Amino acid sequence: MANVISDETMEYVGILAKLELSDAEKEAAKKDMESMLDYIDKLNKLDTSNVEPMSHVFPVQNVFREDVVENGDGGEDTLANAPERRDRAFVVPKTVE
Amino acid sequence: MNLLSLTAVELGKKIKAHEVTVEEATRAALDAIRAKEKDINSFVTVDEESAMIRAKEVQKMIDDGTLTGPLAGVPVAIKDNMCTKGMLTTCSSKILYNFIPTYTAEAVINLEKAGAVILGKTNMDEFAMGSTTETSAYGETKNPWNTAHVPGGSSGGSCAAVAAEECYYALGSDTGGSIRQPSSFCGVTGIKPTYGTVSRYGLIAYGSSLDQIGPIAKDVTDCATILETITSYDKKDSTSVKREETDFTSALVDDVKGMKIGIPRDYLGEGLDPEVKEAILAAAKTLEEKGAIVEEFDLSLVEYAIPAYYVIAAAEASSNLARFDGVKYGYRTKEYEGLHNMYKKSRSEGFGPEVKRRIMLGSFVLSSGYYDAYYLKALRTKALIKQAFDKAFAKYDVILGPAAPTTAPKLGESLSDPLKMYLGDVYTVSVNLAGLPGISVPCGVDSKGLPIGLQLIGDCFKEKNIIRAAYSFEQTRTYQHSPAAEA
Amino acid sequence: MSKEYETVIGLEVHVELATKTKIFCACSTAFGSAPNTHTCPVCTGMPGSLPVLNKKVVEYAMAVGLATNCQINQYSKFDRKNYFYPDNPQNYQISQLYLPICHDGGVEIETESGGKKTIGIHEIHMEEDAGKLVHDDWEGVSLVDYNRSGVPLIEIVSEPDMRSAEEVIAYLEKLRMTIQYLGASDCKMQEGSMRADVNLSVREKGAKEFGTRTEMKNIGSFKAIAHAIEAETARQIDLIESGEKVVQETRRWNDDQGYSYAMRSKEDAQDYRYFPEPDLVPIVVSDEWLQQIRDNQPELHDEKLARYIAEFGLPEYDAQILTSEKKLADLFEATSAICNKPKKVSNWLMGETMRLLKDREMDAEDLRFSPEHLAKIIELTEAGTINNSVAKEVFEKVFDEDIDPECYVEEHGLKSDNDEDALRATIEQIVKDNPQSVEDYHNGKEKAIGFLVGQTMKATKGKANPGIVNKILKELL
Repeated sequence: MANVISDETMEYVGILAKLELSDAEKEAAKKDMESMLDYIDKLNKLDTSNVEPMSHVFPVQNVFREDVVENGDGGEDTLANAPERRDRAFVVPKTVE
Repeated sequence: MNLLSLTAVELGKKIKAHEVTVEEATRAALDAIRAKEKDINSFVTVDEESAMIRAKEVQKMIDDGTLTGPLAGVPVAIKDNMCTKGMLTTCSSKILYNFIPTYTAEAVINLEKAGAVILGKTNMDEFAMGSTTETSAYGETKNPWNTAHVPGGSSGGSCAAVAAEECYYALGSDTGGSIRQPSSFCGVTGIKPTYGTVSRYGLIAYGSSLDQIGPIAKDVTDCATILETITSYDKKDSTSVKREETDFTSALVDDVKGMKIGIPRDYLGEGLDPEVKEAILAAAKTLEEKGAIVEEFDLSLVEYAIPAYYVIAAAEASSNLARFDGVKYGYRTKEYEGLHNMYKKSRSEGFGPEVKRRIMLGSFVLSSGYYDAYYLKALRTKALIKQAFDKAFAKYDVILGPAAPTTAPKLGESLSDPLKMYLGDVYTVSVNLAGLPGISVPCGVDSKGLPIGLQLIGDCFKEKNIIRAAYSFEQTRTYQHSPAAEA
Repeated sequence: MSKEYETVIGLEVHVELATKTKIFCACSTAFGSAPNTHTCPVCTGMPGSLPVLNKKVVEYAMAVGLATNCQINQYSKFDRKNYFYPDNPQNYQISQLYLPICHDGGVEIETESGGKKTIGIHEIHMEEDAGKLVHDDWEGVSLVDYNRSGVPLIEIVSEPDMRSAEEVIAYLEKLRMTIQYLGASDCKMQEGSMRADVNLSVREKGAKEFGTRTEMKNIGSFKAIAHAIEAETARQIDLIESGEKVVQETRRWNDDQGYSYAMRSKEDAQDYRYFPEPDLVPIVVSDEWLQQIRDNQPELHDEKLARYIAEFGLPEYDAQILTSEKKLADLFEATSAICNKPKKVSNWLMGETMRLLKDREMDAEDLRFSPEHLAKIIELTEAGTINNSVAKEVFEKVFDEDIDPECYVEEHGLKSDNDEDALRATIEQIVKDNPQSVEDYHNGKEKAIGFLVGQTMKATKGKANPGIVNKILKELL
């Protein structure tokens, strides 16, 4: 079955991904996504009804840290690459109206 | 003597024997980089000054006996997705055009402890997304065997730098074949270790559940030596595995007698270039002649690996790459109206088309209403693929096949049809899904003079099997230097 | 209003855990440092950084789960919740959706009518807190501080079992007390270490189906919660009465202005794209580990209440008040252990301490005086070294500054005058100077003696031991 991606879906995914595509890019991305999804739909041929989803490939478990402070003042390193900073804080466009 | 034609281990021996100084070896590499970069473009960043300072320090530590390992003093190139303190780290993306990390990736720290001199950072597909190194924001890397061709990707810069002999060895990373495929295209050797073997701390994530750092070098001995050096259990990486028997160099034995090698019939079918097929089967024959038991078998599920891989990798990438937003580091758009516009413009201007494509796909497959159908389906498929490998490894010590269906395509041929490009990962991605180790070793050249890579896959934690098989195979051949290396 | 409506409320309560370090890195959780002091690559979302789970977070979460009668998931995982916001440096929050650490519990509250009611707990999950944004209206920018980013939280999700603001407050009080008793958090709403999101819908009384609910985020005090519930209930009823529909949405409560407004924007899709966190491995809780947590659970409120009545013979009312706040109970027990006079300790806590808390507008959590110093005041009073009014004066100093009462009494010359001969001479003079009072006393006006005592205290600047003064006066008269 051929997947059809609507403009609204592209718009919606753009909001989720915080990407703004030009109209030309959007058309190309739509086509790419459709053909990728058609290809991915191949998975539907596979019966996985009795298979647990596997997120970790090895059964590694219970990896913990003890609750001990090891880090000192990391402020300067944290801010070293800031596109915009004021004193010891990052600056962003105002987040509330 | 052309120092750059030496393997890393050979150079290490000469340095130890005081036949060559670390500074000479470093200078020679920097000179080679200067001479060849205009043709090859393997590097995003070369730091001559700090390399020479470091060379002097390392020499001192070798002289006073602090550094005694096989890689002490040997200069290395690092893929530009590994953080290096004080050295630009871009992931070949505009969005990190000015990012200077304040910490170093654990794998690189391990190399530094062993006396490595870092020459610079190698070019790659942007955020490791691609199979050609053409998606880099800093220009494409060219294949040292024929500069009209791609070096493969995403670790194309690392592989090309080794093949062009601009460095003695390099680190790459492999999420779906990104070490093995370019190694194959560039006629060098590369290992993707078992997931959890090399710490991912400081590796800028693409697909977290699939990413592994590994060595790229001229031969199997180098790769085993480097892997032994970068392997460590790291408390900073929760997926790091406490392994035993990581003395990989002990497997450098020319003996495959009785080793059971399986060739998946599914790997030899449609889409495989006849010349590649011929070279792979010839390699299998060689191993058989050396005493291995070689047979074909049905691995199954091969066709499902790529769709499952792209769903998982894109989903993880869409989340991993959310942090690049113009707030904390990297590129921020010049003009914007409000927060969300700043996000969108910074990201849209900062990421290239392939990265955007995968972020969009990943966001879509995780979005409300599609998660089960795509993401969970892919994770279930992954479980089945793992089972298929478990079954195969109950019978075989090593699985043998090609690293890629073709030799290196021409520049500019691949990106126009992404799906076709993705299909080139058919022999590599399932290894990442199942967390297995794989190695690519050169096994010939095609009629165009482009290298062909033999892929050997081992069961998890069984790097030694593939190292032994690859080493034994390698003994039947001599290393072929690329035309760019000889220039 | 023709129809009768019922309000249906569920809460999502966020509690900051009292660990020393953040949930996924070894940065301090300390308050009050300069912006971005307690940060590292992990809690600021630097490329290549990876999280490692703080074991104490899991243990606190399990302890709260057990104390609220939850089932513990012995196989638990983290998931990523994806959304863009500058206080969230990775633009995803590591949380738990599919396999939270605790589920299916509940706590009992007392209703307005004095009955008991169980509020169900759907689940408790672990997650990381976000950073802090400070807004600069003048420049039109926000400043981002990641000191709180990565501080461990548990989110306690209730069932929609509450029907009034009173029940909500009772539930929150119960949670706060329980968590404080566990030492898992200080649960200070005004400092943000306990925050609640209110999910609210209304329906006609007797209706089976729930109405459409709205969510009000991050309300900062019990008072504001009660206020918000009232206003949102009225708003929803108004909508329904006027034939409009309640829209399922997230609203922000503005307590100063007394109304809530929708937070919806075109850019917030509210689609969090949860998926299993690939950088963290599953948590497997063995039976032994679980038992260990169970064994280490401290005495909780109800047990303590019963014990105070039985062991110390306190009236139930007193025991209720002393156990209502962990801090008070701790002070009570520690002080009693030193001076061995639980009744006296109880009196000081119920009386002067409560009075001063009210006067200073403080919570019991903020009490800073040491039990040694309260015990000392009790001993000094008992020994007659200081009298009651001096004791109150000294206690106020202890309450505010935790001074050493013994030194203070010494330095300020507040010791009771116990020298009987000197006192007798003073009193003799006072009796001589006040013949009228003496006569009144002899004429049966018992009160007159009070005047003479007062005069004596005045003459001795309050230091005279009232018992001795009374004794001498009676002798002289």
